[in-house]
Amino acid sequence: MLVNQFLILAAVLFCIGVYGVIARRNAVMVLMSIELILNSVNINFLAFALRNGSVDGHVFALYIIAVAAAEVGVGLALVLLVYRNRKSIALDELSEMKG
Amino acid sequence: MVAQNIAFGIIAVIMVVGALRVVTVNNVVHAALWLVLVLAGAAAQYILLAAEFVAVTQVLVYIGAVMVLFLFGTMLTRAQLGKEKQLNNPTWYFGIPASLLLLGVMILALTSSFGDEKLPTDSELVSTQAISDQIFGPYLLPFWALSFVLLAAIIGAIVLARKD
Amino acid sequence: MFAEASTVAHEALSSGWFLEHAFLIPVIPAVAFALIIFFGKKLPMKGSELGVLSMVASLVFSVGAALQWINRVNGATEEQYIDPVIRSWTWWNSGGFEFGIGQHIDGLSLTILVVVAFISSLVQIYSLEYLRGDRRYTHFFASLTLFSAGMLNMVVAENMIQLILGWEIMGLCSFMLIGHWWEEGANSRAALKAFFTTRTGDIGLLVGTSVLFFSANSWTQEHLGVSGFSIRGLSAWALSGNPGHAAITVGAVALFIACIGKSGQFPLHTWLPDAMAGPTPVSSLLHSSTMVVAGVFLVARLYPVFFEGMNIFGSGVNLITLIGGITIVIAAALAFVQTDIKKVLAYSTVSQLGYMMMGLGAGAWMPAVFHIFTHAFFKACLFLAAGSISHSASHHSFEMKKDMGGLRKFMPITFTTWIISTLALCGVFPFAGFFSKDEIIDNVGHNGYQVFMVVGLVGAFMTAAYMTRATYLTFFGEPRGASAGESHDDHGDAHGEVHGDAHASHGPHESNLLITVPLMILATLALGAGLFNATPFGESWERMTKWVEPRSVVVEDMDHAAVGETRGVPAAIAAGAEAPVGEEPHAAEGEHGGHAKSVCGTSTPEKGICNAPQLQHAPFKWSKAAMSVIIVLVGMLISWLISVQMYTKKSGFFVGLTSRNKLLALGYRFLVNKYYLDHLYEKVFVHGIAHPIAKAAYWVNQNILDGIVNGAGLVARRVAGWVYRNVDQRVVDGAVNGSGAVARGTGNVLRPVQSGKVSQYGALLFAAAAVAGLVLIIVNT
Repeated sequence: MLVNQFLILAAVLFCIGVYGVIARRNAVMVLMSIELILNSVNINFLAFALRNGSVDGHVFALYIIAVAAAEVGVGLALVLLVYRNRKSIALDELSEMKG
Repeated sequence: MVAQNIAFGIIAVIMVVGALRVVTVNNVVHAALWLVLVLAGAAAQYILLAAEFVAVTQVLVYIGAVMVLFLFGTMLTRAQLGKEKQLNNPTWYFGIPASLLLLGVMILALTSSFGDEKLPTDSELVSTQAISDQIFGPYLLPFWALSFVLLAAIIGAIVLARKD
Repeated sequence: MFAEASTVAHEALSSGWFLEHAFLIPVIPAVAFALIIFFGKKLPMKGSELGVLSMVASLVFSVGAALQWINRVNGATEEQYIDPVIRSWTWWNSGGFEFGIGQHIDGLSLTILVVVAFISSLVQIYSLEYLRGDRRYTHFFASLTLFSAGMLNMVVAENMIQLILGWEIMGLCSFMLIGHWWEEGANSRAALKAFFTTRTGDIGLLVGTSVLFFSANSWTQEHLGVSGFSIRGLSAWALSGNPGHAAITVGAVALFIACIGKSGQFPLHTWLPDAMAGPTPVSSLLHSSTMVVAGVFLVARLYPVFFEGMNIFGSGVNLITLIGGITIVIAAALAFVQTDIKKVLAYSTVSQLGYMMMGLGAGAWMPAVFHIFTHAFFKACLFLAAGSISHSASHHSFEMKKDMGGLRKFMPITFTTWIISTLALCGVFPFAGFFSKDEIIDNVGHNGYQVFMVVGLVGAFMTAAYMTRATYLTFFGEPRGASAGESHDDHGDAHGEVHGDAHASHGPHESNLLITVPLMILATLALGAGLFNATPFGESWERMTKWVEPRSVVVEDMDHAAVGETRGVPAAIAAGAEAPVGEEPHAAEGEHGGHAKSVCGTSTPEKGICNAPQLQHAPFKWSKAAMSVIIVLVGMLISWLISVQMYTKKSGFFVGLTSRNKLLALGYRFLVNKYYLDHLYEKVFVHGIAHPIAKAAYWVNQNILDGIVNGAGLVARRVAGWVYRNVDQRVVDGAVNGSGAVARGTGNVLRPVQSGKVSQYGALLFAAAAVAGLVLIIVNT
């Protein structure tokens, strides 16, 4: 197995996730795309852990999984709140940040 | 090693197709189900990478907990579960050049720096004990920080989602 | 003459509690700052008492340390190195580099510590009255205290990282303090301008520090066991003959750019006069005696680096003297056309900083440092006197022509202190300025920079003339405008309401004790501080030279190089310190104890390390001093006569002269427009550089992008707008246009960028990351 086959798989997943973040309008879909990105990072961590013979990559992959869980929890709570207030979770309608 | 490469290829194709479907389908629930496929594929890749514990955690946390959260979120925020038109931004095509550019740069960098470098084949599975020794040894501080993050996330989610 | 000394060469140097704990000096005000911010409003005096107390405590600590240092020097043999008291702790580790924090206490840092703590204490006491009833009283004291903490931290800094920390704290606090009355647009613009201008220079600080670190680190690790950030390490490295010429020159020039920004040197001096928009105590503390001195201090601190990098004894001109010399003259010329008393003082400060820089650049280290010392007292006094006038006589106006005049009868104490400080600033014997400024001019000439000696004398003449003009306009003649009791509605007393203006309705009167006592103390020092290093009176009076100037002796690094945490750095003595004044540097006495005394700075020591370059001291001659004093007096006299004719008798010849004579009119317009530098920054840099780029970007967007992405016209134009405005805005900041465009811009200009569409932000973010990655790959392959 090459190192690169894992790294390139991760890169492809990452870019698909980036596309999703940019293109999607629905907040839940954007969160899913972010999960794709986080998973591609995890693949990278584990590939390098194997390559370098170190356990640190595993530790960080676990941390990322935990942080992702927290992120999804808070993110979905936000989405719920927004939905309750506006009856919509379309991100392009949320332009209150406009200066 | 051929078997492993074949396994990798099959799983990788499934993952890429699944990921593409996640970002293109017009149905939130379908997208979530495609995402399950990608996450399961990732777990399989972890096993190929000799990361047993992480793979198991991936299945438990992601496929078990996170996906359920997604489905709940979908159901709580959308009246309809079927297809809909308005899932993409009006300017969705911006994503294509941005992500392709990113992909090109990354592949360029990866091929030029790692080339044909091979992964070690004789490595053992990383034992859960080794990971826990790391987490509760040198990485104890981040572990504590993470505990606080989780606590804050729990409280934050409750505060945000509470009706009052 | 050192035969006996050699037998007892390495006596143990005495130390003391204050010296060993000098790192506490910046910690005290830093803690006080936190206390003021959190609890200030609940305290009986709204936090101001904490500020004053912390500064007084710092002053006590500094003076204690200074006394113990003097003890240490006196206890050492004549030509022993006075090791600085260095302590260092690991601050953080990153990527295998260790970043320390600690103290590097020697004569230079103690001089500045005492001055800063002293001036800060007086200014805080003064502010108790000056800002009484101010809306943001607590915040004012908090910022003032944090500012002092930043400056003190920079002065005790053991390494460049710590120094940068203090440097940036000062930048931040000066922003907060200049913009203290931000309700008025001009004040917040001035604050932005000051911040951006100094930040422009700070790029040089970061670049210079990095360049020096990467060039010096391996040498310092090997020879001294310290990192390449360490001030001691850098000094020794610079003199070791090890550094390549390019590295140290680039490092020195980059660091000097930071000094240009911070110390208001030409051509980045434009922020300093505008910074007078802040409250007067701020001007007095930040923009006369402490913060702007930071740049000069940096040059003095890392003097070996500049000495080698700029080739100081090697030629008749170098970057530092050049910038200093230009600054002296152009700032002094600008002071003539100002009508605002604080702006006169601001330009005077710029000009005096030019003297310090010129002195340092020409190898006159000690006179320049001594000028920092004396200048702090009399310039702080002048600013506080100006504040006293505006506070008690002219209803917060600083316009000399409109609202002052004849004030000597009403404000005797302010008047006396002003006159003493003015004489000190002009360099009249025996006031403090004479002993420092005259020494600079003298030494600059002695070291082979004759052109700059003339520049210094011209500057002295101009200083005398513009200060006389300002004095005349303020204190003599008939009261005008607000001083005469006129209603002051017309000159928009903008901070009247901010400023609790209970006493505005009275006529001019003397200020109360909280203001006059600091004035009197400072005036006393303006009169007497010169005696600390009174070269004219002989060697025994040159105390500062003995205590402060590092001794340039070669230290065998094996003596000290055992790796330990508190190793002293050999400092060095210049031959002039112990030699009779006027003797040439002792090349002949270099044989002592295996040390070649004078090689430092001229050639590589064969063995051991140097810590300071060998400097020369000009012999004092009364004839030269008399000449410069006469020049000053003539300047005063001429200026006085013209002032009387112009402002009181309204002589037909002088009044309106600038509008009748074309050449003079041209010169006057040139000066009033500040050499068109602000115009240059705005018109040329911004319009000339940014706009073509923006236009090109716009053209690309219009003609190419639109063609490709047909349906995306609207969004493409939005991106074009983003490029257009962002490039514009960046270059505005970069070119330090500051005043106009920043304020005009920020709101309107950035609005279209902030479309609020998260997905567009995301697309831009990732695309930018990809482009940055591509650049990285191209650079690395």
